[in-house]
Amino acid sequence: MSFREFWRDIYKNLYTIRVFEKNCIRLYRQGLIVGYFHPYLGEEAIAVGACAALRSDDYIVSTHRGHGHCIARGGDIRKMLAEVLAKEAGYCYGLGGSMHIADVATGNIGANGIVGGGIPLGIGAGLSISIRGTEQAVVIFFSDGASNNGVFAESLNLAAIWNLPVIFMLENNHYAVSTPIEEASRTEDLYKRAEGYGVFATAIDGNDVKVVYEKTKEALEVCRSGRGPFLVEAKTYRQGGHHVNDPGKYMPREKLDYYMSKDPVQTGRKYLINEGGFSEDEVKRFETEIENEIKEAVEFAKNSPELSEEKYFNEIVI
Amino acid sequence: MTISEKKENSENRVIMYREALNEAIMEEMKNDDTVFVMGEGVAERGGSYKVTAGLLDEFGKKRVIDTPISEASFTGAGVGAAITGMRPIVEILFIDFTVLIMDQIVNQAAKYKFMTGGKGRVPIVVRTQGGSGNGLAAQHSQSLEAWFYHIPGLKVVMPSTPYDAKGLLKSAIRDDDPVMFIEHKLLYMKKGEVPESEYFIELGRGEIKRKGKDITIISWSNMIPRSLSAAERLAEEGIDVEVIDPRTLVPLDRKLIMDSVKKTRNAVIVQEAVRRGGVASDIASIIQEEAFESLDAPVAIVAGKNTPIPFNLRLEKASIPQEKDIILAVKKTLNFKIG
Ligand SMILES: Cc1ncc(C[n+]2csc(CCOP(=O)(O)OP(=O)(O)O)c2C)c(N)n1
Ligand SMILES: [Mg+2]
Repeated sequence: MSFREFWRDIYKNLYTIRVFEKNCIRLYRQGLIVGYFHPYLGEEAIAVGACAALRSDDYIVSTHRGHGHCIARGGDIRKMLAEVLAKEAGYCYGLGGSMHIADVATGNIGANGIVGGGIPLGIGAGLSISIRGTEQAVVIFFSDGASNNGVFAESLNLAAIWNLPVIFMLENNHYAVSTPIEEASRTEDLYKRAEGYGVFATAIDGNDVKVVYEKTKEALEVCRSGRGPFLVEAKTYRQGGHHVNDPGKYMPREKLDYYMSKDPVQTGRKYLINEGGFSEDEVKRFETEIENEIKEAVEFAKNSPELSEEKYFNEIVI
Repeated sequence: MTISEKKENSENRVIMYREALNEAIMEEMKNDDTVFVMGEGVAERGGSYKVTAGLLDEFGKKRVIDTPISEASFTGAGVGAAITGMRPIVEILFIDFTVLIMDQIVNQAAKYKFMTGGKGRVPIVVRTQGGSGNGLAAQHSQSLEAWFYHIPGLKVVMPSTPYDAKGLLKSAIRDDDPVMFIEHKLLYMKKGEVPESEYFIELGRGEIKRKGKDITIISWSNMIPRSLSAAERLAEEGIDVEVIDPRTLVPLDRKLIMDSVKKTRNAVIVQEAVRRGGVASDIASIIQEEAFESLDAPVAIVAGKNTPIPFNLRLEKASIPQEKDIILAVKKTLNFKIG
């Protein structure tokens, strides 16, 4: 793959996630999306950088803030939009919604409504790889809040003793809802927890897609060569509240401004121009293309039908 | 702050369910220094449904504790604190997440009194909320009371009105046994009369929410308002429904239920939880055992379908009992003929 193509793909995912989330927030405010909706705005570089390093037969485990992971892994935008709009054409017939999108085709084991609930599933994926003896790997996405749940500690240990090809991708956005990490952990450097379990670990700038990509690639080499799990703590920040209805007033202005100035999509855009050789005009045209694709998908989802009661109770419920 | 804003007129003061709960906690924390509150976002944020709003200002960080997302361990810590002289109120955001605390509740809290020959006590209240109706999907909409109902050693409280919520929570906090206090997400904003003067509702004492003579509906939590509106519709057709709210599933007010069923000779039980393995099935079996000769028809159950709760709002609605389902069950029961 040429640099041009590489950066094109990276930017496509970054920008798609950004536009997808912004569109969904608008749909939410219009009352067309209900329930919980947790945008990935500001964290795009983590999913995109990590997934760019993966092979097509690898697995990922996602979270309640999962749209970015799904898109970066090559998920289908139309199916995602139909799902969050509760339509039959969605990933889960509109029965799951934002927090329950999984995609077998791309090895996305799924988003999760239970914080930390996916971590052991990722260990299980690692275990099945190890038993089969293939060279696949797993990236488990989770955030700082989940790292305080017992399953994280147990899973780190299991991955370590079983030497599993698993990357713990800790998206440290410094918050669990409104609880800042300083109040939930005595050290803000969560990667340090890995050492006690004998797991390789490092902390990186989670807003720089190139850094995330390179570090994931390195960690994957460790995993695939049978040297066991790796924890990558990607430092980042939400660009808003916990979910659409949370204004996030508790987030200190200076810190938000700092991370806004390191916007992952803008950073990716610079790479696209400087390393991918795109001209400003080309980028603009590319962005319009992506916007149109999402606009078309929104229309498709809006106009598609809901699952009927008959079909639900007769064919789907078991 | 909810308390200070209340009007003087205590008799018909109307407040929300969540405010009634807040008052109960405020009063009990003022009354007893060993009462404290612990959970995710209960302090600064005042709880996801504002039930613990204002507590931090009033009682400080030592007694209003924000926790990390460590449900099993902080609930266990609550159990341990209860064993050693405190009266913790632990909040679990959604009843769906209580499955993460099952060991601490089922194997530890519920067994402790038994295993210490009655000398050890676990006066903990676990407050949580369940139910569907918001499009929150499969992992945030369940009705799991049967899980706790099943376990000897636990009490299970499910209030349907602001009045009951306050009186029952105050009793639950003073109770020496572990209590699962299960609220409903759709009830928090519901209003009702709550006197300003202090009162308690004994755990194990149900209430007749509507007097009637033709048939008894037994239900709880958010199925009470639904059963009451079904009863009004049925009244228009000349069917006089009695609606019973046990308010606490454990202990269960069997006498109230039996007296009513013996009077009306017909019973319908309405629960939001899925039918399979539910509390309704158990109550039906108790009625059949204790009042078989009084029954004119089999006890009917209106319950949630045996499915995870779907995200799609229309299907979510179709998965749990609606007014029309209750009306249908009442009519079917009254039309029952042997042979
Ligand atoms: C077991 C469990 N506890 C609590 C919640 C409620 N909840 C949903 S998201 C969230 C915060 C999660 O924080 P974090 O893991 O840091 O993820 P982030 O939202 O930052 O991506 C909480 C407490 C839940 N869904 N599951
Ligand atoms: Mg977080």
